[in-house]
Amino acid sequence: MTPQPDQGGHFGPYGGRYVPEVLMAPIEELAEAYTAARQDPAFQAELNELLRTYAGRPTPLYFARRLSETLGGARIWLKREDLLHTGAHKINNCLGQALLARRMGKRRIIAETGAGQHGVATATVCALLGFECVVYMGEEDMRRQRLNVFRMRMLGARVVGVAAGSRTLKDAISEAMRDWVSNVAGTHYLLGSVLGAHPYPMMVRDFQKVIGEEARAQFLASEGRLPDAVFACVGGGSNAIGIFHAFLPDPTVALIGVEAGGRGNAVGEHAARYRGGAPGVLQGAYSYVLQDEDGQIALTHSVSAGLDYAMIGPEHAWLHDRNRAEYTAASDAEALDAARLLSRTEGIIPALESAHAVAEAAKRAPAAAGQLFLVNVSGRGDKDIDIYRENFKELDQS
Amino acid sequence: MTRIGRLFDCLRRDGRKGFIAYLTAGDPAPERTPALVEALIRGGADLIELGVPFSDPIADGPVIQRAGERALKAGTNLKAVLAIAEEIRGRSEVPLLLFTYLNPVLRYGLDRLARDAAAAGIDGCLLTDASVEEAGDYVAAMHRCGLDTVFLAAPTSTERRMKLVAQYSTGFVYLVSRAGVTGERDSLSAAAAPLIRAMRAITDLPLAVGFGISKPEHVAELGRQVEAVVVGSAFVRLIERNLDNASLEIQLESFARELKHGFGVRP
Repeated sequence: MTPQPDQGGHFGPYGGRYVPEVLMAPIEELAEAYTAARQDPAFQAELNELLRTYAGRPTPLYFARRLSETLGGARIWLKREDLLHTGAHKINNCLGQALLARRMGKRRIIAETGAGQHGVATATVCALLGFECVVYMGEEDMRRQRLNVFRMRMLGARVVGVAAGSRTLKDAISEAMRDWVSNVAGTHYLLGSVLGAHPYPMMVRDFQKVIGEEARAQFLASEGRLPDAVFACVGGGSNAIGIFHAFLPDPTVALIGVEAGGRGNAVGEHAARYRGGAPGVLQGAYSYVLQDEDGQIALTHSVSAGLDYAMIGPEHAWLHDRNRAEYTAASDAEALDAARLLSRTEGIIPALESAHAVAEAAKRAPAAAGQLFLVNVSGRGDKDIDIYRENFKELDQS
Repeated sequence: MTRIGRLFDCLRRDGRKGFIAYLTAGDPAPERTPALVEALIRGGADLIELGVPFSDPIADGPVIQRAGERALKAGTNLKAVLAIAEEIRGRSEVPLLLFTYLNPVLRYGLDRLARDAAAAGIDGCLLTDASVEEAGDYVAAMHRCGLDTVFLAAPTSTERRMKLVAQYSTGFVYLVSRAGVTGERDSLSAAAAPLIRAMRAITDLPLAVGFGISKPEHVAELGRQVEAVVVGSAFVRLIERNLDNASLEIQLESFARELKHGFGVRP
């Protein structure tokens, strides 16, 4: 197979560069800077050192004994990205892009955030490197992820609420792109997922693929063989690409992406792009996107802000079409149940996003005796405590 | 040659400058657009850009974003905009340029749009998020039906990119006056003049400048440098402020006339 993406950032027909002309030059500049950086041993060495001493890599691979016994079937292992500094895998990409921004002489960083984990990680690396930081966040997400809004502010970032559209991640990305269009010279747009115009889907994947590289080696060391299936939640899809990538050449390993099934199958009630989505262009890339018959982007719903987005990253679209990865969805209720299950059996409160991956693994485990499952716990659930409280009211009685 | 090409030939022959007006079709409702366009034509608009609303307009500032929301709420889609164009074409030979984003066009179908747009009397198309790198199929479909494809060049465009933009453009090249989203500004950006000079060295196509133009003095200054000037958000804001005002068309006409008078102003 030819390396993906091609020079223009295409994964098969997907990906590419669909942005206003104003942004084409900075995107080309970014691609060139990244190409130079990835070949520079000093850049890689500094990034690896920060990942080790600041972010807390490598993260453990943990055998979830009580979870596996409770479900009775597959042996389930967890990749503990939730143990990273700032509480999610997002820091892997933020450190990489922040070092790249410094290399490019850009000292103002803008970012979008949905659940707030990418915003917190961005604010964190900006504090670390002394950059100005502006984070765009939908007002609905600011409401449901209040804790992360405060964390960003405490770290010195300016959080700008976005009142347009559904006031969620998609609208935050549009507003960040408008900021970038207006301030291209000194600003780097630190995009948080495998979305947007080339080189973002490739670059963010490269910064996240450490998850799967570690997990694959750890799995071989612990079990002496590879897992039968790898599970990850998919919003834009950065943690999923991160853990899938090292396993792409292993044909025996099933890769399972779990989208947000929300509260129903009607358009607007979920964020499962393969359930009614069609290829289209949104915010820089060509990929599967939920849209109406006129090509207007559909509203989405998920209990999890980090999965509440109308488009899936272009490399996932390509993996889907080639049947190399399988995509399914877990509902809001299934994710909430899985979060409680993991909390009670393993003492790990996962992020609502990650709970979608746990839910799918839990669904399949009983019928998979003798199999080995690997689940990416991409983030921890502290930020979701308000939502858990709303949904587990019986636990909140004094 | 489309009406756009003939317009620029005619302007050159007469020693005049072109005044291009943008509005979001369907704002505040599809049935109101033909009358608003006619008001702009009476006020002196030489070419009309019909904006097709899109749910996620990343290149637009708040004024045109709100116009798009109103238009979508009123049920405007590409099909409705083509019907609007057909109605305008029944009464006027003004050149019409569709102005939108790629996704509604992809969904409609490139070949189908080219055919239907040509039949409706549309002369060309501009897609803000179709970079020249990704525009091959789109350009081929439009050209097969005799439609112009206009691309944007920006102050950030490198010389290599400007050449591509000129190569893919027919009718005219649209220069973005500043690195930013659509919207009025008090003063013109200093970035426009070097961009105009650079593009002039690359192509013989007519040049139009847009983004941020809202005063007769902007029109005057740019009119000395390019073949045409585009005004968008300033008209859309006037529409927004007078949605229920019976004198909206009259105000739009006189504002267009006032802006176009800028071409006659000597430094």
